[in-house]
Amino acid sequence: MSALTLERPRSLKAALASLAADPSLMPIAGCTDVYVGLHFGTTPERRFLDLWGLKELRGIGVDGDALRIGALSTYTEIIQSTLVQQRVPMLVAASREVGGAQIQNRGTLGGNVANASPAGDTLPVLAAAGARIVLRSQSGTRTVPFDGFYTSYRNSIRTPDELVVAIEIPRLQGRQWWRKVGTRRAQAISKIMMAAVRGTDVRIGIGSVGPTVITATQAAAVLSGGGSIADAKAALLSEIRPIDDVRSTGEYRATVAANLLEQFWRET
Amino acid sequence: MRFTLNGKSRTVNAHPMKRLLDVLRGECGLTGTKEGCGEGECGACTVLLDGVAVDSCLVPLAHVAGKKVITIEGAAATRTGKALQNAFVEQGGAQCGICTPGMILAAAPLTSHASFDEIRTALAGNLCRCTGYPAIFRSVQSALKASKRAR
Ligand SMILES: Cc1cc2nc3c(=O)[nH]c(=O)nc-3n(C[C@H](O)[C@H](O)[C@H](O)COP(=O)(O)OP(=O)(O)OC[C@H]3O[C@@H](n4cnc5c(N)ncnc54)[C@H](O)[C@@H]3O)c2cc1C
Ligand code: FES
Ligand code: FES
Repeated sequence: MSALTLERPRSLKAALASLAADPSLMPIAGCTDVYVGLHFGTTPERRFLDLWGLKELRGIGVDGDALRIGALSTYTEIIQSTLVQQRVPMLVAASREVGGAQIQNRGTLGGNVANASPAGDTLPVLAAAGARIVLRSQSGTRTVPFDGFYTSYRNSIRTPDELVVAIEIPRLQGRQWWRKVGTRRAQAISKIMMAAVRGTDVRIGIGSVGPTVITATQAAAVLSGGGSIADAKAALLSEIRPIDDVRSTGEYRATVAANLLEQFWRET
Repeated sequence: MRFTLNGKSRTVNAHPMKRLLDVLRGECGLTGTKEGCGEGECGACTVLLDGVAVDSCLVPLAHVAGKKVITIEGAAATRTGKALQNAFVEQGGAQCGICTPGMILAAAPLTSHASFDEIRTALAGNLCRCTGYPAIFRSVQSALKASKRAR
């Protein structure tokens, strides 16, 4: 432990200055991913930057027409927020299924986004919601669409000197739907998550069926255009890239994904 | 680093990245908090941080500065702690006991009118290898009933 260092900036400005001076600093928020990595020795970083005390990254509020969720908002805060309950019930549903109470009390939305695991539970929700990620560095702020935020397995367009400041979710029309199949423990076997919105347009986000979360635009277009569920399923299967792993075949995952699509359409 | 531990102010000289679990068991000499997995999966290391349950194996010491920590050694002083401790003994909610401090602290924030579903949700992050969960749920239900009667 003695080889580790921790910087504890008092303001976002100070945090961004530290990152600009040393982009190799690893930010820490609720630590539910970082400390697992440290325990297993899979986190090579030794120098850390503590975001936990930064008020600028907290709070959930309305900004223009969008809901703005501070990066440090915990799952518990999201579950308890009446704003999120009213506007993005599928995010509340997804948050309720993350870990247990102890993880929900500490794990943050910004951490789930920045961690960039294709199995992150909130990511299909953000994809289906057409969310935007607010990134900030010393040289300025940019707001980027969540679609396209991830570039490849565990990589995103966030540069090392940038922090995730907030997640913005536009006002959504229509019914929201969320389902997770398989537990985290069973992740290697079958975990798949789907979030979807059925309004005049249809939007579908799906997780654990590719190197990054996938926005199923083709399947959504079939359904929006009044096409059959069979055609939508075929479109979905062409968009996802489930991999075979030790315990499960890509074929099995594809079947689960197609079934989820049908379930979404039936239930909304 | 200064924080309130089981109601008393406490200053600890340790690395800010040190796991709260290790500080409690080491520097503070309170070994009631158990380590099961060290990765957030089992809940044996659960403590209350400003009244909410957290896994102390995933909390850096830095994050408790100025905050209130309650461990199993101080649980009896919480609203439902004493009743929970009694009920786990009476209802057979504890066998080897490794999971018990975490179970009790995870259950401690529950209100006395919590539903069975709310109890299950509160304990979803706590594993037990011995009892099977019915005995644990029964213990919590019985404790909540007792603490309701007591008021
Ligand atoms: C037992 C257990 C169960 C879990 N269950 C689930 C589950 O069911 N579903 C799920 O999706 N996840 C799960 N997780 C993973 C984890 O809880 C989530 O990914 C959580 O959202 C991470 O947030 P955090 O604040 O704890 O992140 P941290 O661990 O603090 O950080 C995670 C990563 O994000 C970076 N980071 C954090 N915040 C920012 C920011 N604002 N700007 C830039 N970078 C940042 C860090 O540098 C690090 O790389 C589980 C973890 C555990 C231990
Ligand atoms: S030891 Fe902390 S959760 Fe298992
Ligand atoms: S009593 Fe042994 S683990 Fe629960």
